[in-house]
Amino acid sequence: MHTSSDLTAEIAEQVREASGAGLALEIRGNATKRFYGRQARGEPLLLTEHRGIVSHEPSELVLTARSGTPLTELARRLAEHNQMLAFEPPSFAGEATLGGAIAAGLAGPRRPFAGSVRDMVLGVRIVNGRGQVLQFGGQVMKNVAGYDLSRLMVGALGTLGVILEVSLKLLPAPQAEQTLTVNEPAARIHELTEQWLRTGVPVSAATHDGTRLYVRLSGAASSVAFGKRQIGGQNFGPAERFWRELRDHRLAFFTCRGAESLWRIVLPPAAPPPDLPGAWINDWAGRQIWLRTDAEPAHIRREAQRLGGHATHFRGGDRTMDVFQPLDAPLLRLHQRLKHAFDPAGILNPGRLYAPL
Amino acid sequence: MSERSLYRPEDTRFEVDVEALITRLRPLLPAEGLITHEQGRRAYECDGLAAYKQLPLLVASPETVDQARAVLRICAENRVPVVARGSGTSLSGGALPHPQGVLLSLAKFNRIKEIDPHRRIARVEPGVRNLAISEAAAPFGLYYAPDPSSQIACSIGGNIAENAGGVHCLKYGLTVHNVLQLTLLTIEGDRITLGSLAPESPGYDLLALVTGSEGMLGVIVEVVVQLLPNPLTKQVLMASFPTVEAGGHAVAAIIAGGVIPAGLEMMDRPAIQAAEDFIQAGYDTQAAALLICELDGGEAEVNEQIRKVESILREQGADRIRVARDDAERARFWAGRKAAFPAVGRLAPDYYCMDGTIPRKHLAQVLKRISELSAAQGLRTVNVFHAGDGNLHPLILFDGNRPGELERAEALGGQILELCVEVGGTITGEHGVGMEKIDQMCVQFRPEALEQFYAVKAAFDPQGLLNPGKAIPTLNRCAEFGRLHVRRGELPHPHIDRF
Ligand SMILES: Cc1cc2nc3c(=O)[nH]c(=O)nc-3n(C[C@H](O)[C@H](O)[C@H](O)COP(=O)(O)OP(=O)(O)OC[C@H]3O[C@@H](n4cnc5c(N)ncnc54)[C@H](O)[C@@H]3O)c2cc1C
Repeated sequence: MHTSSDLTAEIAEQVREASGAGLALEIRGNATKRFYGRQARGEPLLLTEHRGIVSHEPSELVLTARSGTPLTELARRLAEHNQMLAFEPPSFAGEATLGGAIAAGLAGPRRPFAGSVRDMVLGVRIVNGRGQVLQFGGQVMKNVAGYDLSRLMVGALGTLGVILEVSLKLLPAPQAEQTLTVNEPAARIHELTEQWLRTGVPVSAATHDGTRLYVRLSGAASSVAFGKRQIGGQNFGPAERFWRELRDHRLAFFTCRGAESLWRIVLPPAAPPPDLPGAWINDWAGRQIWLRTDAEPAHIRREAQRLGGHATHFRGGDRTMDVFQPLDAPLLRLHQRLKHAFDPAGILNPGRLYAPL
Repeated sequence: MSERSLYRPEDTRFEVDVEALITRLRPLLPAEGLITHEQGRRAYECDGLAAYKQLPLLVASPETVDQARAVLRICAENRVPVVARGSGTSLSGGALPHPQGVLLSLAKFNRIKEIDPHRRIARVEPGVRNLAISEAAAPFGLYYAPDPSSQIACSIGGNIAENAGGVHCLKYGLTVHNVLQLTLLTIEGDRITLGSLAPESPGYDLLALVTGSEGMLGVIVEVVVQLLPNPLTKQVLMASFPTVEAGGHAVAAIIAGGVIPAGLEMMDRPAIQAAEDFIQAGYDTQAAALLICELDGGEAEVNEQIRKVESILREQGADRIRVARDDAERARFWAGRKAAFPAVGRLAPDYYCMDGTIPRKHLAQVLKRISELSAAQGLRTVNVFHAGDGNLHPLILFDGNRPGELERAEALGGQILELCVEVGGTITGEHGVGMEKIDQMCVQFRPEALEQFYAVKAAFDPQGLLNPGKAIPTLNRCAEFGRLHVRRGELPHPHIDRF
C-alpha cells in the first residue's frame, strides 16, 4: 500500500513563516541528491510526506503526482500500463522523489533519443518564496497561456519555488529492448549513432566505457530485430542492470579515489572528447562525459568551454565554490532578478545553484 | 475584431515625443529603415487577426543586430514601447502595434547562416521563414520538424515567440522541443545567449521561458534549431466515423494503444464538405467525422503500426478505412486538411479561429457542447483540428457586415475557451494570448499567478516597454472583466464594453 497525503497547506504555511522571519529553508525529498549542487543550508523543509499519484490517465499519456512520491512508485504504476517516464531519472542511492528529480533536472541514458526532463513537463503547482500556492501549465500537450514557468522549475534546484505537484507527459514503453556491444573506439560514437539512426535503427542509448560501445535498441520487435541486423555486434546479457547502474552511478567507475572528484561535461553533438586527465565514461552518443579526475576546476571548465559545452562539478570537491559553470554578468543579473521575482526574501535553497541566488 | 481601442488606459500611459524620437533613430538606421509616413505605417497596422487594427507611431526595420540593439536602447532611454514583428501572421493580435510605440520589424533578418548536416543544426536569423529552414536542409535529407500551417510565411522568431505547433508536433514536439539556442536582446540592450548546442545549459532554463513569451521579454536575433532526418517511410490512412463521438474515442484509443502517430487530425462533417467542395480530395462526405492518421519511421515498424491502428479504428466503429497507396494519394489525403481553412473561408464572409486545448478524453463531449453553444448564438461552427494533441480549432462562421454578428461570434469564442478551461484544458494551445484572448487569461489564472507573471516580466523589462497590453492581463482589466461577469449574471463575454 502506498500512502497518499496532501500537505499543501502545511508546506505553504512553513514557507510563509520562514519568509516573514527571513529564515533559509533547505527543501528536501529523500536527500538522494543532497551531494549535488552547492552546499545546502537552512532549516529542512521535508516533502516526503506530501505524496501520492493525483491522476494518471493512460489514454492521455499524462501523470500528475505530488512531489514527495517516490520514483519507484511511479515506475511501478506506469509499468502496469506499458508506459514510462522517457527521461529515465536517476535515483542514485535510495528512493528518489519526483520533486527532486524535477528540481535537479537530471536525465538518464535515453535523454538524447527521447527528450529531457523539461521536455516532458506539462505543468506544476509550486509554493513561491512568498508562500503563495501557484499553478502553471496544465495536463494538456499544448499550452501557451502565460509564461512557461513550469519548465523554468526544471534544474532550478528549488531556488524559485517548492514544487508541490508535477504533470508529466508519458511515453508508451517499448515493446522490445535489446543491448548490443560493439568494438569501436569512443571517437566514433557520434558518427555511428547518427548512421544507425538515419537508417531507422531505434537507438535509445549509446555509451562508451573506454573499452566498447554499448547500444540499446528500443521499439517494436521488428525494428529492434532490424537494428540488430544493421549493427551486428554482440548481444549484451546483463543490460537492464548495466543501464540502471549507469543511470544511478552505481557502476564501479563512479567510485572516486584519493583527490578525485566526479565531473559532468556536456558537449555539442560531434564534439571531440575533452583533452583532460582522468577516467571517463562517454554517454549520450558523445554529448555527456562523466569524468573522474583530480584536475583543476578552472582547467576543466576552460576545456569544456573550448569545445562548446560546459562542466559541472558533480560530486566531491569543495561544495562552497561554484559547482555549475559560472554565468557571465548580464545573464547572472537576469538570474538574480528572476530569483527575486519568485523569492524576494531569498529563503528557498539559498546558494544551492549559485552563491548569489 | 472591430475598430475600437483595444488597449486599456494603463497600457497607453506613455508620453512620447515623436519628433525627438525620429531625430534619435534616423541616424542609426538605413534610409528606408525608419518609416514615419502614414501610408508606410498602414502596412503594419494588423497581423493575421486582421479585424484588430492599430497604427504604430513609427516602424523601425533594422538590418543588423547592432542597429536593433541601438533602437532598443533609445526606446528604453525614452520610455517608448516596442512591439517586435516577424511575418505578422499571428492569429491572436500578438504583433498588433502599439499606438505610442515603435514597431520593430525583423523582416530583414532573413539569412540562413549555417546548415550543419553533421551536427544536424541550422543557425538562422529570426526573420527566416519556417519552411525556408526545411528547404535549406532538404539537400542533406534533413528537415525542421514543427510545421505550422502558416509555414510558408511565418518567421522562426515569431514561431519561438508563440511556441508554434503544427500537424507533426504530436510525435516531434513543439517549437520549444526543437530549438537549441537563442540570442536575445533585452530592452536594456544586453545581448544574451540562452540554451546551448550541448544538452542543457547552466542556470535557469531561460530558453524555455522565452519560448512562447510573445515578444514580452526580449527580441530574438539569432536562433539555432535542431534538424531531424527525413522519415524513412510514411503511411497515411483516413477513417470515416458515423458520429463525432466515435471519432473522438478512436483518437484516445490509438494513443492508449501505445502508438504515437506523426500526425492525427480530425475534421467534422461541415469541414469535410467544405474541403471536398474546394479541392476534391476524395473525402467521404457521408462521414460525421474524418480522422487522418500519419505514421512514420522504419518500414517494419510502420507496417506493424498501420495494422494496429487499423484494428483499433475498426473496434472504435470506423465504417470506412483507406490506406493511401502511394505518395500521390498520401498528398491527396492531406490536401483537404491543409486547404481546410481557405475552404471554410468560402462558407461565410468571415470566420474566427479558436485555439483551445483539452484532455483528449473530453473531445466528444466538448465538440457536442460547442455545437450547442453555437446554436444558442445562432451561428455555425466548423471543426478542423489537431486531435492527437487535443488542440481544437473551432472556426466560427459569421458575417461582419451584419449588425451584432461579430459580437456574437466573439461571445461564442469566449464561451468555447471557457469551456476548455472548465474541462481542464487551456485557452490557447499554439496561437498565443496576444490581444485576442487576454480577457480569458483572467479565467485561467488566479490573481496571485498573474502577479507572479508580472514579476517575471519585470525581471526582463522593468519599465514594461515590450509589447505592453498583451499576453498577461492587468489586474484592472480582470477586475473590470469580473464585474461584467457579475452584472450580467452569465459567463463573461470577451471584448465587450472596452474603454
Ligand atoms: C493561415 C494561418 C495558419 C496558421 N497555422 C498555424 C499553425 O498550424 N500552428 C501555429 O502554431 N500557428 C499557426 N498560425 C499562427 C502564426 O502563423 C504563428 O503564431 C507564427 O508563429 C507567427 O509567426 P510570425 O513570424 O508571423 O510572427 P508575428 O505575427 O510577426 O508575431 C507573433 C508574436 O511574436 C512576436 N515576435 C515576432 N518575432 C519576434 C522576435 N524576433 N523576437 C521576439 N518576439 C517576436 C511578436 O511580438 C508577436 O507577439 C497560423 C496563422 C495563419 C495566418
